[in-house]
Amino acid sequence: MTTFEKVANILVDAKDCEADKIKMESTWAELELDSLDTVELVMNLEDEFSISLEMNEDMKTVGDVVKAIDAALE
Amino acid sequence: MSFRILGTGSGLPSLCKTNDDLAKIMDTDDEWIRTRTGIEERRICGEETITDLAELAAKRALEDSGVTAEELDLIICATLSGDYITPSMACVLQARIGAKCPAFDLNAACTGFLYAMDVATGYFARNPKMKILIVAAEAISKLVDWRERNTSVIFADGAGAVVLGEGEDLLAIRLTAKGNTHALAAPNVSGNCPFRKESELEPFLQMDGKEVFRFAVSSMCRDIKTVMKLAGVTGEEIDYVLPHQANMRILDSAIGRLDIDGEKFLTNINCRGNTSAAAVPLLLDEVNKAGTLKKGNLLAMSSFGGGLTTGACILRWSK
Repeated sequence: MTTFEKVANILVDAKDCEADKIKMESTWAELELDSLDTVELVMNLEDEFSISLEMNEDMKTVGDVVKAIDAALE
Repeated sequence: MSFRILGTGSGLPSLCKTNDDLAKIMDTDDEWIRTRTGIEERRICGEETITDLAELAAKRALEDSGVTAEELDLIICATLSGDYITPSMACVLQARIGAKCPAFDLNAACTGFLYAMDVATGYFARNPKMKILIVAAEAISKLVDWRERNTSVIFADGAGAVVLGEGEDLLAIRLTAKGNTHALAAPNVSGNCPFRKESELEPFLQMDGKEVFRFAVSSMCRDIKTVMKLAGVTGEEIDYVLPHQANMRILDSAIGRLDIDGEKFLTNINCRGNTSAAAVPLLLDEVNKAGTLKKGNLLAMSSFGGGLTTGACILRWSK
């Protein structure tokens, strides 16, 4: 499973996002996630990938998070 | 060597403000507040002072326990928002209720009630026959910036109290602290000393909501798991969890990460808001008086707040 697919699964399971709406370029607002949702998402991703992630203002889309995870995994 | 809870009490301001009331004075609305906090209304000190609420909670706890003020050996107030820096809230309260014992305040922010129970345990180790009054009372409405919606919609005022006596009901307790002045902070008075520059700190409570959310969820899960292990109890054996009423979103997230049925988590944040240190004893009194708790129930309590402090305990309810 790719990083994107794992992130998409977490968004569906934990945040009730609709799977077909999740794209690399999807923003948090488009997925109807508020600031606390994004914090919770980061916590879920840290558990899933066993990494430490810092959510910052530059991470605006699903793709930004996928890139940050891949960088942390390298 | 610990204690048992002989009685509980609480005191609430009469003034109740709904989300719609707040929407009239700031840029927010009912749905925004509900979805981000789970709060629908909160009590705010209007006519009453926080000392009045502490007195009410203390008197009700004494009445519920059948202990008189003269019999008390110690009063501990968990607060950071008393009416005076000195005298302490505990000393003012001692005079109000007619007690003669030593009295002091303890500041561990929202975790103050858990810290006070741990301090009390030390006194009981020295003398198991003591009677100790703990009052957690906060008027955070005095500290928030009412032009700033992120904090002013969350925090509220109230008081909760317990009277402790001889017993062995505290099965495990764990406290933590990790010094941090940016996630959640409120500066003290700075005075008008002419020999230095005026303080640059805004005279209000400041909170980094995202950082506090993350800290709160992770510490609550860690602390509850730790005290369950220390007490040798499982999630199934816990009858009720009384968590700090900080934000429903924090509770929902923690519930999803703990091996305890979500229905066991007691809440009143919808109508009480976040009353800081008062939240857990206020909730305890409400469920005690409502008849929810049964003799022999195992309770888990967990709190977290400025400091950053955290605390959790496992307590047998034997009242």
